[in-house]
Amino acid sequence: MSTAAHDHHGPEKGLLRWIKTTNHKDIGSLYMWFAFAMLLLGGAFAMGIRAELLQPGLQLMDPHFFNQLTTMHGLIMVFGAIMPAFVGLGNWLIPMMVGAPDMALPRMNNWSFWILPFAGTILLSTFFMDGGAPAFGWTFYAPLSTTFAPDSTDFFIFAVHLLGFSSIMGAINIIATVLNMRAPEMRLMDMPLFVWTWLITSFLLIGAMPVLAGAVTMMLTDRNFGTAFFDAAGGGDPVMFQHIFWFFGHPEVYIMILPAFGVISHIIPTFARKPLFGYSSMVYATASIAFLSYIVWAHHMFLTGMPVAGELYFMYATMLIAVPTGVKVFNWVATMWKGSMTFETPMLWALSFVFLFTIGGFSGLMLGIAPADIQYHDTYFVVAHFHYVLVTGALWSIIAATFYWLPKWTGKMYNEKLAKIHFWWAMITVNVLFFPQHFLGLAGMPRRIPDYSLQFADFNWISSIGAFGFGLSFILLTYIVVDCIRNGEPADPRPWYSAKGLEWTLGSPAEYHSFNTPPSRAVILEESQHS
Amino acid sequence: MKRLLTLTSALIALVSSKAALAEYELNMTQGITEVSKDIYDLHMMVFWVCVVIGIVVFGAMFYSIIVHRKSKGHKSAHFHESTLVEFIWTGIPILILVAMAIPASKVLIDIEVLEKADMTVKVTGHQWKWQYDYPKEGISFISNLSQSSKDAIDDREKGSAAKREALDSANDDYLLSVDNHLVLPVDTTVRFLITSSDVIHNWWVPALAVKQDANPGFINDSWARATEIGTYRGQCAELCGKDHGFMPIVVDIVSKADYAVWVAEQQAMATAAAAAASKEWSEEDLMAQGEEVYNTNCAGCHQTDGTGGYGPAIKGSALALGDDASEHLDIVINGKNGMPAFKMLGDADLAAVITYERRAFGNDGSVVQPSDVTSAR
Repeated sequence: MSTAAHDHHGPEKGLLRWIKTTNHKDIGSLYMWFAFAMLLLGGAFAMGIRAELLQPGLQLMDPHFFNQLTTMHGLIMVFGAIMPAFVGLGNWLIPMMVGAPDMALPRMNNWSFWILPFAGTILLSTFFMDGGAPAFGWTFYAPLSTTFAPDSTDFFIFAVHLLGFSSIMGAINIIATVLNMRAPEMRLMDMPLFVWTWLITSFLLIGAMPVLAGAVTMMLTDRNFGTAFFDAAGGGDPVMFQHIFWFFGHPEVYIMILPAFGVISHIIPTFARKPLFGYSSMVYATASIAFLSYIVWAHHMFLTGMPVAGELYFMYATMLIAVPTGVKVFNWVATMWKGSMTFETPMLWALSFVFLFTIGGFSGLMLGIAPADIQYHDTYFVVAHFHYVLVTGALWSIIAATFYWLPKWTGKMYNEKLAKIHFWWAMITVNVLFFPQHFLGLAGMPRRIPDYSLQFADFNWISSIGAFGFGLSFILLTYIVVDCIRNGEPADPRPWYSAKGLEWTLGSPAEYHSFNTPPSRAVILEESQHS
Repeated sequence: MKRLLTLTSALIALVSSKAALAEYELNMTQGITEVSKDIYDLHMMVFWVCVVIGIVVFGAMFYSIIVHRKSKGHKSAHFHESTLVEFIWTGIPILILVAMAIPASKVLIDIEVLEKADMTVKVTGHQWKWQYDYPKEGISFISNLSQSSKDAIDDREKGSAAKREALDSANDDYLLSVDNHLVLPVDTTVRFLITSSDVIHNWWVPALAVKQDANPGFINDSWARATEIGTYRGQCAELCGKDHGFMPIVVDIVSKADYAVWVAEQQAMATAAAAAASKEWSEEDLMAQGEEVYNTNCAGCHQTDGTGGYGPAIKGSALALGDDASEHLDIVINGKNGMPAFKMLGDADLAAVITYERRAFGNDGSVVQPSDVTSAR
């Protein structure tokens, strides 16, 4: 365990600390702050979208700019906010959870972070280019993104390549850390679930991101070098683009949710004062979901003209995902069952995650039914579905994790009362925002339209009001976090009474280098989730 | 602050006036075909299965949250594993899924396997309008967003009161009405061949439960057999660029007798159009016809006064001046970059609109005749 004697090579002073740092905690913080800044920016785009959709008619922007906003909102949230936030959590927590001093590849760690601000800047700079930013949706289907796209698309392609490098390096680093830097006495099946879910997620990243890089490279050559991968006139096929994109895209959605499952599997046992139910089945369920994620991609493409055998296969495979996901939800409920629960802020977010993510799971099951998907596809029903799993799923778990580990990161306690007010505010407004979108979709409102028929006016109005309220809640969140860092009361090294995990054996705040001597077998067993 | 007040009062007015319109439509349409009703039933079945599972799972969760809490002095148990329980809650969902998959597969196979169609309509998506061809009947026309909807959108400068008035006059059909309806006979199996001339579109009419991607260079098929006479509306359901939200679909399902009358009318119009394309037009006729075609097809990007917006200005453009119209013809017929191709328009319409672009807005370019278009194709 680390002691004060080792702190003599602590952080460098001044701004250079953040540029030159190879420390997992510094880099974790950089990732988290970057993700938070992108979350606010992507959220601002969403406010623009909802403001335009508040009333029927075009009030604020022309349709082309509206399309730029929806596209950039999706790209920034997926690649700028959710993914970097999880990499940040992984950086901060994995070395502490596996009893390691730092990440296995600290210099690469620095690089994989510092690519992000440049990639983000390139992506955002397209707004100021002739013809505007990419306006073809975050799924950038060809040929809208090739033959018919603005010139800025080449910058978008370059940004996606950079983001891909960053993600792949982050994934390699996590695999190397978990497999090589783990305390020698810690077996794989002793690892906490957050580590397990991130290990599996890393393999998804390494499998999926190169496919995305391939897709955008083909776009690049189609646009500039006379190839015709996605152009039927040259012997190509625009539908092939969708196959390649979703072969990346479906694992991608699990990249954004598996670490969330890990986070929730830490928080619920702590506040239920009961060990996690079914630890090993949780590990197997995570691995099954990861495997299934590679073989269901074409359920995004039921309407592209697939043969009936293909539709049947992808429908069955998709429905299967409900089984391991169900196991996880059942295990969380069983963990609560006959516990001794208290409801501090992290637990509120975790319980809300279980409830709302499951609603997103139900609509996901409905979308998987291929014939019914004829009516759901590309409507607001889909928008509601993926916001329930990504906002009240992935983002919820990130906020839950922030409150849960903030005392460990800062050594200080946040304002519990304000945090609870923030929770209920966000919980209510997010449902006002997204729940009516189910009705809009079923009633027939297509997604990605800047204006709509009058029959959709009421629910859009409600949804927009919810959106503004939800957007405002992030001002309070910013205040709570900054207030905790600056003025928080000193926190106990183990602020949550029954929390298990090696990270809680460290100081408050955790030492700059996590574990200089690996924890013993006895400590590992004492802190494991299934003891 | 003043703008905020105006906005707030407009909002209040909108919400209170909406009470009359409000239907708060909550659920999927049952539609007017056997398939659409099957899909609705499937949707409701899966929905109720989810509701039941939700009641069980959330019931257990909330029971636990209410009863098993520390503040009530509940002591935590220590069980954390049971292979039997894991087997049960892996097995039961699998059985439920199989029970759902059987009817879903049946409906899917019904949809995908079409034995024999009574008639065929070819649907072509263009940025941002639909073209309908009846190959056997020799009918072909383009369907654009109606002028009333366009007027309502364009009232941006008039402030919210005028805007609401315009929206109200466009009424329920705002953004869901077109100039030329697709007309189909009732109780007839219609096969749709769906394709695109530029980007991917998606032809969706909820009441027919037909939603199929229109892929450029490929032809998808779908079918419907409508059982009820009426007018049914739909929209493009795949992002296809700037005006994706402004290319609706309107289908009139009519009796077989009315359909025969309509076909005869359309065929007569086609003959007249063919005759018009082969004659020499006067400049006045071209300009009058051209203005109409321009406002329908071009004004969205180039503005009614030709000053440009999303597309470049036509007013004073070198392309639209002078005696040589060949470049102008080429760009309108074949498109270029963001400019879509308009080769689906008839020769007379193309000649009229190009003449209009060359002679209106103070331009002094040459007049273009339908025969020029024919040779430029």
